[in-house]
Amino acid sequence: MFRKLGIAAAVAMAVGTAHAQISDGVIKIGVLNDQSSLYADISGQGAAVAARMAVEDFGAAKKGMKVEVIQADHQNKPEVGSAIARQWYDVDKVDVIVDVPTSSVALAINQVTREKNKAFLVSGAATSDLTGKACSPNTIHWTYDTWMLAHGTGSAIVKTGGKTWFFLTADYAFGHALERDTEEVVVKNGGKVLGKVRHPLNAQDFSSFLLQAQSSKAQIIGLANAGGDTINSIKQASEFGLVEGGQGLAGMLVFISDIHALGLKTAQGLIFTETFYWDRNDASRAFAKRFAPQYKGNMPTMVQAGVYSAVLHYLKAVEALKSDDGPKVIAKMKQMPTDDPLFGKGRVRQDGRKIHDAYLVEVKRPSESKYPWDYYKIRATIPAEEAFRPEKEGGCPLVK
Amino acid sequence: MTEIFGVPTQALFGQLLIGLINGSFYALLSLGLAVIFGLLNIINFTHGAQYMMGAFVAWFLLNKAGMGYWWALVIAPIAVGIFGVIIERTMLKQLYKLDHLYGLLLTFGLALIVQGLFRNEYGSSGLPYSIPSQLTGGQRLGFMFLPNYRAWVIVFSLVVCLSTWFVIEKTKLGSYLRAATENPELVRAFGINVPRMITLTYGFGVGLAALAGVMAAPIYSVNPLMGADLIIVVFAVVVIGGMGSIMGSIVTGFGLGVIEGLTKVFYPEASNTVIFIIMAIVLMFRPAGLFGTQR
Amino acid sequence: MAAVLPAQRKAEIGQQRIALAVMLAFFVLGPLAMYPVFLMKVMCFALFACAFNLLIGFVGLLSFGHAMFLGTAGYVCAYAAKVWGFTPELAILAGTAAACVLGIVTGLLAIRRQGIYFAMITLALAQMIYFFYLQAPFTGGEDGIQAVPRGNLFGLVDLSNVWTMYATVLVVFLGGFLLIYRTIHSPFGQVLKAIRENEARATSLGYDVDRYKLAAYVISATLSGLAGATNALVFQLAALNNVHWGMSGEVVLMTLVGGLGTIFGPVVGALVVLAMENYLATLGFWVTIAQGAIFVVCVLAFRRGIIGELARLIKKPL
Repeated sequence: MFRKLGIAAAVAMAVGTAHAQISDGVIKIGVLNDQSSLYADISGQGAAVAARMAVEDFGAAKKGMKVEVIQADHQNKPEVGSAIARQWYDVDKVDVIVDVPTSSVALAINQVTREKNKAFLVSGAATSDLTGKACSPNTIHWTYDTWMLAHGTGSAIVKTGGKTWFFLTADYAFGHALERDTEEVVVKNGGKVLGKVRHPLNAQDFSSFLLQAQSSKAQIIGLANAGGDTINSIKQASEFGLVEGGQGLAGMLVFISDIHALGLKTAQGLIFTETFYWDRNDASRAFAKRFAPQYKGNMPTMVQAGVYSAVLHYLKAVEALKSDDGPKVIAKMKQMPTDDPLFGKGRVRQDGRKIHDAYLVEVKRPSESKYPWDYYKIRATIPAEEAFRPEKEGGCPLVK
Repeated sequence: MTEIFGVPTQALFGQLLIGLINGSFYALLSLGLAVIFGLLNIINFTHGAQYMMGAFVAWFLLNKAGMGYWWALVIAPIAVGIFGVIIERTMLKQLYKLDHLYGLLLTFGLALIVQGLFRNEYGSSGLPYSIPSQLTGGQRLGFMFLPNYRAWVIVFSLVVCLSTWFVIEKTKLGSYLRAATENPELVRAFGINVPRMITLTYGFGVGLAALAGVMAAPIYSVNPLMGADLIIVVFAVVVIGGMGSIMGSIVTGFGLGVIEGLTKVFYPEASNTVIFIIMAIVLMFRPAGLFGTQR
Repeated sequence: MAAVLPAQRKAEIGQQRIALAVMLAFFVLGPLAMYPVFLMKVMCFALFACAFNLLIGFVGLLSFGHAMFLGTAGYVCAYAAKVWGFTPELAILAGTAAACVLGIVTGLLAIRRQGIYFAMITLALAQMIYFFYLQAPFTGGEDGIQAVPRGNLFGLVDLSNVWTMYATVLVVFLGGFLLIYRTIHSPFGQVLKAIRENEARATSLGYDVDRYKLAAYVISATLSGLAGATNALVFQLAALNNVHWGMSGEVVLMTLVGGLGTIFGPVVGALVVLAMENYLATLGFWVTIAQGAIFVVCVLAFRRGIIGELARLIKKPL
C-alpha cells in the first residue's frame, strides 16, 4: 500500500510534467495554507472556498477566461510549503499563490516566488517584514499585519482613556514584535506601560501571569500573543475576575473564530482590531450568507475575506493586462485602485501593502447578541491611510 | 510589606497555591501513566489525546444532552475508559510479548489519529465550556483572589490521587494488581483472571486522563491539541518521579507544579523549561528517578 | 526486535551491493522523472532516518528526540552561511559539529537509562532544546532564518544551480550512507549488536557498554546533523518545525515503514513518508491521520517494514 502511494505520487508528478504544455491559457490559483493544525480555522478550507467564490463573482467563465483553483496543506512546515510552491510554479504552472499563514512559511514562499518570478498574495501571515525588509515586487500583503494590529488597538484604546498598560507577551520574536509596536504607540499617545511579563509559547496556565497583571493595577492588559495562548489567557482572566475588577483586556491578534471558541460569556468586553467583520454592512452580510453553508456554517474570518478580495483584484488586473506574468500583474494591481464588496475602496502601495480601513471592535455581552455570530460592536473606524505603517518606515527597498 | 527576593510574601503565597493547582493536573496525568506502566509496561502516548477526549465528552454532554459538569465528571471517564478498553483488547493485547517500544509507537500513532479526527471535525481553535454555576465566583483570601473552581480542582484531585494510592497499595485488589505485575502466572494460578484485570487497569488509567480533561475543560481551552504538548511535560514528570511508586508520581506531580509556579514569578522565561532542567539534574544523580527503583 | 544480521557472508554482501546499485541508480536517474527539489529532500531525510536507524536498529535504543540534531545543525548551518558568510562546505561542517556536541551532552544524560525511559528522556531533552530555539533571538522565532545563501562550494561551484546542488546533496548522502554501512559491518558494529541482543552478556565479556552506546549515539547525532545542515542549504531556510517533536515522530515513522534495523529500509521509508506528505497535502486534511494510521498498521501487522518484508522474501538481509 505504501509503495503504491509512493508510485502514485511519482505518477502524479510525471503527469504534471506531461500536461504542462497545455496549461497555457489557464490562470491557475494555488491556495496554500494550514489545513490540519493551529491556523486551519482562520484560513484552511475556508480560504479555498473564498477563492472559488471570487472566481465565480468575477465571472471568469462568462468572460471566456479559464481559471482554476487548487489547494494544498503546508502543515506549517516551511520546507513542505516551499517544496509545494516550487513544484506548483515549475511543474503545475501555477500563476499565483494566495493566503499562506505562518510567518516562516510565508517568508519562504516570498523568496521562492521572487526566484521563479511569479505572484504571491498573502492574506494569512502576520509579519510586517513582508512589506518591510523582505518586500518583493512579486508579493502583495493583503489583509493585516502585526504593525497595523498593534497600532490600531494601542492608539485607539489610549485615546479612549486606557492610559496604563501591562503586557502579557509570548516569549518569542512574534510576541516581542507585537509588544514593541504596541508599547511604542501607547507611549506616543501619552499612555504608560506599568509592567510586562513574558510567558512561554503554549503555556497552558496563565493564572500566575494574570495575578502579576492584576497586582500591577494597570487599566489595560495587552495580550501580545496569539491562538491558544490568547484564548487561554482570556478564559482565565475572566475566571480570576480581572474584567470584573475593572481591568480591560486588549487582544493584539484575535480572530472571530477565537471569539466563537471562547463564547461571549468569557470573551465579552475584549477589544481588538479587525479589517473585516461579516455583519458590518449589507455587502459583507450577503457574502457571509453565501460563504457559511460552504464552510460548516462558519462565518468568514478576515483572512478568508482577504483571500476573496485579493483574488478578485488579481483577476481584474489579469483581465486588464491580458497576461498572467507575475511581476507585471502585481505592478498592474498596484496601479489600479481596489474596490470590492468586503473591504471597500483601497489601494496597493509600492511596498506591496494593500491598505483599507480597519475597525476597532469590542466583543458584545451575551445579552446584546441577537443571533448566531452576532459578536462585535464596532467602536471606531481607523482610516486606511492611518491604519498601516507609513511606507517610509518599513525599510522596503522598493520605496524610493 | 515583607518581601522575598523582591516579591511580596503575599503574592508568593498566591503563586504557591496556583502552582499546587497546576500540580494537580500533573499528578492526575502522571498517576494514570504510572498505573498503566506499572501493569502493562506500556508508555501510553495516547494519554494526552485521552485527556482531550475527556474534555470533549464534557462538551458533548452539555451541548447535545444538556448534562452539566457534574454528570460529565462521572460519565466522561467511563466513556473514555471504555474507548481505552477497546484499544487494549483489540490492539495493545497483541504487543505484550514484544519489545515495550512497540507499545509506545502504537499509542503514538493512535494519538495522531485521534487528534487528527477531532481537529477535522471541530477545528483547531476550540470550543467554549463554562465553569459550573455552583463553583463560579471566588474567595478573597487576603493575599489573592482564589476562584472557587480552582479550590475545587485541588481538593478533588487530591482525593482522587489518594484514593487511587490507597486502593493500589492498601487493599486486597491492589495487592493482586501488584502481584500480577511481578508474576502473572502465579496470580493466574490463584484463579484470578489476569488479562481482564490488565484490561480494566488500562481502562482505569485512561479514565484518570479523561477525568483530568473534564476538570481542565472550564479553565483551559477545549481544543483537539490541548493534550499534545502537555503529555511531554507529564513524561518529564514521570521520569523525575520514577515509575516505581504510585505515591512518587503524586508527590512529584504536585511538587513540580509548585516549582514551575515559582519559576513563573522569578524567571518566567524559563517556566516551560524548568521541569526539563530538573529532569536533567535528577538523571545525573538518580538515574532511576526520585522514587523509582532501577529495573 | 528486527531481523538479525548474521555474520557477513559473501552472498549477502553481493545482495546488498545490488541494492546499493539500485538505490544509486534511483537517485542519479530520479530527477528525470521526479522533481529534483523533492528528491533532494528525500536524500536529506533518508540520511536522517539512516542515522536514526543506527541507534534503534543496531543498538536497540529508541530516541524520540532526534529532531534536536536535525534542527540544531540546520540553524547553525543557516546562521553560519547567512550571517558569518561561511562557504557552504564550512557551514555544513559547522552545523554537523554543533549536532555532534549536542549529541555528546545529551548522550551522557540519556544513555544512563534504556528502553522506554530512554525514549522519554530524549523526548524531554528535545523539547527543552525546542523552547531554547523558540526564545533565542538568533533563530528568528516563528519566522526562522530565511533567505540563506547557498553560496559557492569551495568558493568555486555555484550551488544556486539546481544540478550542482543536487550533485552535492547526492555526494553528502552517499558519504553518510556508506559511513553508516561501514560502521554496521565493522567490529564496532558487531559489539553494538551484541549489546542490543544481550547487554549483560556484553558487559560480562568485558565491553564498556556505556561507552559503546555513547559512541553510537554521537555518531547518529552527528550524521543527523549532517542531514539537517544540508537540508537547510537545499531549502535556504531553518525553522522551528525541524526541532519540534513532530519531526522526531516522523523519523521514527520513516524508519518503521522502511524496516527497523535494515540497511536500506530508512531510505525507502523516507521516500514513502515524504511522498505522502507532499501528495496528500494537495488532498487536504488527512496527512497526520494517515501518518497515525500507518504507525498503527506497521506496529500491529507489518513490523518488519517494506525492506524487512522484502528481505524475508529473498531470505537475505538488506
